[in-house]
Amino acid sequence: MRPSPTTPSLDTALSVRGLVKRYGGVAAVDGIDLRLSAASVLTLLGPNGAGKTTTVEICEGFRRPDAGEVRVLGLDPVADGERLRARIGVMPQGGGAYPGVRAREMLKLIAACSARSLPVDWLIDVLGLTSCARIPYKRLSGGQQQRLALGCAVVGRPELVFLDEPTAGMDPQSRRLVWELIGALRRDGVSVLLTTHLMDEAEALADQVVIIDAGKVVAQGTPSSLTARSGEQQLRFRARPGMNLAALSEALPSGYRTEEPIAGSYLVCGQLNPNVLSAVTSWCADQGVLADEVRVARRSLEDVFLDLTGRELRS
Amino acid sequence: MSSPLGTRFPAGTFLPAPGRGRLGHMLATQAGIELRLALRHGEQVLLTVLVPLALLVGLTLLNVVPLPEPRVAMVAPGVLALAVLSTAFTGQAIALGFDRRYGVIRRLAATALPRWLLVAGRLAAVLGVVAVQMVLLSAVAFALGWRPAAGGVGWALLLVLLGCAAFGGLGILLGGTLRAEIVLAVANVIWFVLLLGGGIVLPAAQLPGALAGAVRVLPSGALAEGLRTALVTGQFPGVHPILVLLGWALVSAAVAARTVRLR
Repeated sequence: MRPSPTTPSLDTALSVRGLVKRYGGVAAVDGIDLRLSAASVLTLLGPNGAGKTTTVEICEGFRRPDAGEVRVLGLDPVADGERLRARIGVMPQGGGAYPGVRAREMLKLIAACSARSLPVDWLIDVLGLTSCARIPYKRLSGGQQQRLALGCAVVGRPELVFLDEPTAGMDPQSRRLVWELIGALRRDGVSVLLTTHLMDEAEALADQVVIIDAGKVVAQGTPSSLTARSGEQQLRFRARPGMNLAALSEALPSGYRTEEPIAGSYLVCGQLNPNVLSAVTSWCADQGVLADEVRVARRSLEDVFLDLTGRELRS
Repeated sequence: MSSPLGTRFPAGTFLPAPGRGRLGHMLATQAGIELRLALRHGEQVLLTVLVPLALLVGLTLLNVVPLPEPRVAMVAPGVLALAVLSTAFTGQAIALGFDRRYGVIRRLAATALPRWLLVAGRLAAVLGVVAVQMVLLSAVAFALGWRPAAGGVGWALLLVLLGCAAFGGLGILLGGTLRAEIVLAVANVIWFVLLLGGGIVLPAAQLPGALAGAVRVLPSGALAEGLRTALVTGQFPGVHPILVLLGWALVSAAVAARTVRLR
């Protein structure tokens, strides 16, 4: 027998308006607006230091905003902290457990904090932690610690889950498990606020993506609306490095941009059609090279992200 | 080869059903885990059980410190005070320092566990360890010929509880504010200083005049002296040690409430 949802789900699980948080004189969060619809996944995407974690910690009630309005499940996270924490699940960045505790003990403790928790042994098993259930937390691998932290976030059957970089340090199998779990949360009506700097993660999981940089929202929308901007498409292929791009452009109709962003990796941007594809491969054939890994795609979220936040490595 | 959505997590698995757990269950679970962690942590057990046991046996059998006979009557109360110092202060501070480092305090603060219960759970675990220490050390002291005055046992228990409050407050204050490595160093140094010069090994009366006065207002001195009076004479140990311990408990709790950080 499964319990029914305790509250009629509101339309908006979380809303943030004009959020500002300063450390010293520097604004870590500088006027962010967010809205997370109930039973959907909102992803905060941004480079390190963009203000993602600060925003999440304010929503969890751990930090006081300097300005702005925050409502989580209709509550003020600071003033109504205790009521709110009984309804949310949190996976802090880097997890959190007693250094000497065993995975099962830790999950049992978090389960004890909620009224109708999920079965602990089942969760340990499904998270692939059975084999290390008796190893102290400090000796678990990063991925195992992350999976335990994820278990702690969902064990209390929350209405809203905060996942701060949930797949950091995970191997591909674990990431797949986490993605599957997030999909199941959404399917069962749980709202999810997720932060990541992984594009594929945002693309695969999010209903809405908010790209933030230096504490400000620089773009938002569904993954497809963000990547479909201007209907531009890309043709990517690999070939011998250093081919003559000007000659390639001449071989194409006007209105196409050609680049070699990484040596040996070529990019043709514009409205693609079969003739353009054919022209590119014929031109390569004329150069006596095989165009390898030819791929036509819309702009990836990574392109959008790099266009907005810059391609330079930041210190 | 991903399993299709629904095999690992059947539909309805995560259907929301939030709510806070029962307070008693939360307290028992947290205190139980912290008690087990304390008892299976090698260095903690060395500090809280093995060193006090070694001192109890060594100081009773070997004449390294001048004490009136029967030596065990003076040694045992001091060792009981040391046990409280080790667990409630040093062990607690170090554990809290590293718990903060590993994010557990923040992790627990993000659940429905109320903040006061978070502290209560830690103190309950401290009381559990102290109970184990008292039983073990008293049994060994008894085997060495210790016969405490029955009339003082009640007072001794009260003093031990007050000692737990005073040292527990100081331990939370230290462990809750500084970096884990600094906590480790400071907590051990204070332990060592109080052991030798804080009225635990040497009764205050045997210390030089100025130091003796200072020792009587230290929590270690107040606890050890109070226990000696109660357990040797069977009499009320006087209001002095009670007030000293209560004072340290209140001041440390008040300061800790303002300064302790989750991380």
